[in-house]
Amino acid sequence: MPIEELNFVRLLHLHPRDNIAVLAQDGKKGASAKLLETELILPCDLPMGHKLAIGPIGKGTEILKYGAPIGTATCEIMPGDHVHLHNIKSQYTVIEDMEAGQT
Amino acid sequence: MSALMTGWLRNDGRKGIRNTVLIAYLVECAHHVCKKIAREFPETDVQVIGFSGCFPSPYGQDMMEALCTHPNVGAVQLVSLGCENFRKADLVRAIEASGRTVNLITIQQTGGTRSAVDAGRAWVRDTLAALAQIPRVPMEPSELVIGTICGGSDATSGLTGNPAAGRAFDRLVTEGATCIFEETGELIGCEHVMAARASTPALRNELIATVKKAEHFYAAMGYGSFSQGNATGGLSTIEEKSLGAYAKSGDSEICGILRPAERAATGGLYLLDVVPDGAPKFGFPNINDTAEIIELISCGAHAVIFVTGRGSVVGSAISPVLKVCANPDTYARMSEDMDVNAGRILTGDATLSEVGDEIYNKLVALGTGEMTASEDLGHTEFVLTYKNPTQADPGCHTAT
Repeated sequence: MPIEELNFVRLLHLHPRDNIAVLAQDGKKGASAKLLETELILPCDLPMGHKLAIGPIGKGTEILKYGAPIGTATCEIMPGDHVHLHNIKSQYTVIEDMEAGQT
Repeated sequence: MSALMTGWLRNDGRKGIRNTVLIAYLVECAHHVCKKIAREFPETDVQVIGFSGCFPSPYGQDMMEALCTHPNVGAVQLVSLGCENFRKADLVRAIEASGRTVNLITIQQTGGTRSAVDAGRAWVRDTLAALAQIPRVPMEPSELVIGTICGGSDATSGLTGNPAAGRAFDRLVTEGATCIFEETGELIGCEHVMAARASTPALRNELIATVKKAEHFYAAMGYGSFSQGNATGGLSTIEEKSLGAYAKSGDSEICGILRPAERAATGGLYLLDVVPDGAPKFGFPNINDTAEIIELISCGAHAVIFVTGRGSVVGSAISPVLKVCANPDTYARMSEDMDVNAGRILTGDATLSEVGDEIYNKLVALGTGEMTASEDLGHTEFVLTYKNPTQADPGCHTAT
């Protein structure tokens, strides 16, 4: 794999209101992801389609994707944090984290 | 717009972008004869549809009537076995009333398989020659009815193909076209976001009720919507998954809900409610993507945008299916089946708006003689099953 692919990953910001961005490609821990002025560092290896916080998100705050709420933050989320089952809760029905306990 | 759209003007004022002869079986027993009749002609001109069931079904009857009088249809050859329960005289009357020529062959009266095939082929040959003489008239994008569906989805569908289809929808709605999105079972969790786009307070409540009905239906059948595979792909909640499918609808105001075989009264954005009313009795409301596509077409869709990530290859009878591939790797592997490479959004080679414009332009081009990949490959899939069954006396009856 070319070095630049290891060091840089593209992000998609799907809606101007969104407080997360989506990885447009697989990324390695430590890789840099840039979105306009903001530079984020991948906290772990992440596949395409996973989400990063693009700013601080307070506990209880709605996570916005496509400009719409996809759930609320269950803890304080820092810029660049991976936003997923471990720190976001559905406002609709509870989604079990089936991988919890295995990792 | 470079080339101008043209279409075939129908008696009800609608225009078709195709002028297809349908060969329609009214029970599965007549299906083989239809296939034999159609085999002699190119798929672009002659296509087979039909209803397999022998017991009566108001849904099947309504769907067949809507499809046989679809603007893309020029004439209809109906094939009956003779003892099925389909109300064929009603269907013949509806097709005649629409100004189309229709021919009914009843196999038990014609003398059997071979004579029915010969009679059908002769009629289709004459009819194709007559249809070729009918001139086209100018047509505007505002006269289009377009459906959208996603199938064979993966993590890319909600990121590229679906939002890009939504952009194309926004442009079409702005021009006055009619756009239809569906899959209420995949809108669970975003009904309130959707309801906020309703044109009236009454519609707001109906939209929520429609999704609640779908949720109830799927729960009764024991079908969950959110899987571990979704989580691995980066989706965290049911809302997030549903919003990825919902993105196909774009940002326009929603002006109504349609049921299968129902036509939109005006231009604008509509939700197609595919889930039957009443207590859930069967499995999935639609057994596959094609059943869903046929319901969109039954509402008058001239063409259907099909967003796929893993790579569907289906087309459809009656209306062209425009394949939007969300995943760049899938596109590289299966480009012969794809019309639009939305995966370019992921590789940084195109924006959502650019792909949205490409989808719009390719839809309009279908009215200037362009064909979709699935049309070119001869795909004419068709599925129509029972829905909302009414109990009738089983057994055969005498032909009427």
